[in-house]
Amino acid sequence: MTAVQEMSDSGPAYTRASTGSGEVTQWRTIRAEWVKFRTLWSSVLVMVIAVLGMIGVGLVASYFINADWGHLRARQIARFNPVVTSLDGYNMAQLAIGTLGVLLVTGEYSTGLIRATMAAVPARLPVLWAKLTVYTGITFVLMMVSSFVAFLGGQVLLGSHSTTLDAPGVLRVVVATGVYLTLVGMLGVAFGALIRNTAGGIAALFGVLLVLPAIMEVLPSTWQDVIAKYLPSNAGQAALSVTLDPAMLAPWVGMAVFAVYVVIGMVAAAVLLKRRDV
Amino acid sequence: MIEAQGLTKRYGGKTAVSDLTFDVRPGIVTGFLGPNGAGKSTTMRMIVGLDTPSAGTVTVNGKPYAEHRAPLREVGALLEARSIHTGRSARNHLLALAATTGIPVRRVDEVLELVGLAEVAGKRVRGFSLGMGQRLGIASALLGDPHTLVLDEPVNGLDPEGILWIRTLLRSLAAEGRTVFVSSHLMSEMALTAEQVIIIGKGRLLADVDVSEVITGSSRNVVKVRTPKAAELRELLARPAVTIASSAADRLEVTGLSSDEIGTAALEHGIPVFELTPVLASLEEAFMELTRDSVEFGITAPAMESVESAGGQR
Repeated sequence: MTAVQEMSDSGPAYTRASTGSGEVTQWRTIRAEWVKFRTLWSSVLVMVIAVLGMIGVGLVASYFINADWGHLRARQIARFNPVVTSLDGYNMAQLAIGTLGVLLVTGEYSTGLIRATMAAVPARLPVLWAKLTVYTGITFVLMMVSSFVAFLGGQVLLGSHSTTLDAPGVLRVVVATGVYLTLVGMLGVAFGALIRNTAGGIAALFGVLLVLPAIMEVLPSTWQDVIAKYLPSNAGQAALSVTLDPAMLAPWVGMAVFAVYVVIGMVAAAVLLKRRDV
Repeated sequence: MIEAQGLTKRYGGKTAVSDLTFDVRPGIVTGFLGPNGAGKSTTMRMIVGLDTPSAGTVTVNGKPYAEHRAPLREVGALLEARSIHTGRSARNHLLALAATTGIPVRRVDEVLELVGLAEVAGKRVRGFSLGMGQRLGIASALLGDPHTLVLDEPVNGLDPEGILWIRTLLRSLAAEGRTVFVSSHLMSEMALTAEQVIIIGKGRLLADVDVSEVITGSSRNVVKVRTPKAAELRELLARPAVTIASSAADRLEVTGLSSDEIGTAALEHGIPVFELTPVLASLEEAFMELTRDSVEFGITAPAMESVESAGGQR
């Protein structure tokens, strides 16, 4: 041991090594999670994929629409929207962001790190909040910036078919895209903490986001009209189109509904984290 | 000081740990012995709050683990298998753990040096051998310089040099006044490292004993005698509590008498003795005997045999 042995009347009969002092705090737990996030190559890589996907797909789409404009069918032109085209990458970004959110938690279970983590922070919940804080902060900043970059870059490439942030609904869609992707990441963290298994967590997350709306299609249309708009992804994506769809919720109402799902997932994850054995 | 009171853990209908009561005292290495699946890991997980006991309590220095404000400074734990994300470097792994309790970077480098991983500190854990992984686990346990250490099978995967290193380390940590609780399924290893041994089998406490007392008190202890007058000595020593075996004409193996008693008796009768060697029973033998005879421990022979047979596994 590096500590110098020394007898004293009280306390242990050895000098403690200099390990500082102080207790576990929420802030320190957040710092620890930040260290974990930035020191794992895979998390950095997936984040880069999300950013490149968010920006790249929109740029490519915008470039080809503009270049091919003369060959587009009437139907395609009718459906064309410069905002949606430039933000086309959100689908790919949502896969990356959601997957990484799940992995952030399940990666600890699959490697066994969770035992060290929870032994260091036995209150457990600070770990969940710290992961959420770090990941939400990172995705919010990166996805919001990427959304603006994708939009602005896309408009440049769209040339005469472009629009501006001043146009009605445009700024709302660009901002909502960043918010939606952040919420997807948070939902990923919740599913990871609930299911504690990478494959299961990812399947459940995208089952809810992508498959559930598709399953709805088998229901009678009167049911669909009532239920479909309240599904998590449908609610969240209501804000992602410039023209408002009467079958969907109002943009920010929809986003709020999506956020409520995220909160429910988080609360469930927190309750189970406290109750279950690690 | 670790104190377990009626500690019980059930998973569904299966009882992994049943009514364990024991104390782990500071200043010595306490071994925790039992075959694989005996409930050692579960018990250790309950000590550090990863599993909640179904019944009973376990405290570290008077408090449940989770109530300590800086648990890493209180208890260092190495839990079964690795508790490390293999995609991270050894140093970054320790930095993340250290950050939770405000342990300075300096201390991280110190423990890396201490466990001999300083040179590979920046390498990803994925490429580590089992032994290096164990050393990193021990580094995590020592990070907060805790006065209690809970180590689950720390010698697993270590080479002979590593085993010697950890044995020395554990003993010096205990000598400093720390509480050291080490599990193993290897009796022979515990005989060399631990002063006190808590043995469990099928989740139950089988024995909680001082290692040296058990061995010296064992009736399995034999004195090997070489004498030209073997038959004469044999007659002289024969009495109800003594058994004498002979492997050669001039050799006797005496059980039930000390070498002092044999030597004195031989001198008094003028019998020349060329060799008089006390041979201590192995810990395995001593425990077999102890637990078989003791009603108090509620021992059943099959449970002990499984401890023994597990001793051969690596």
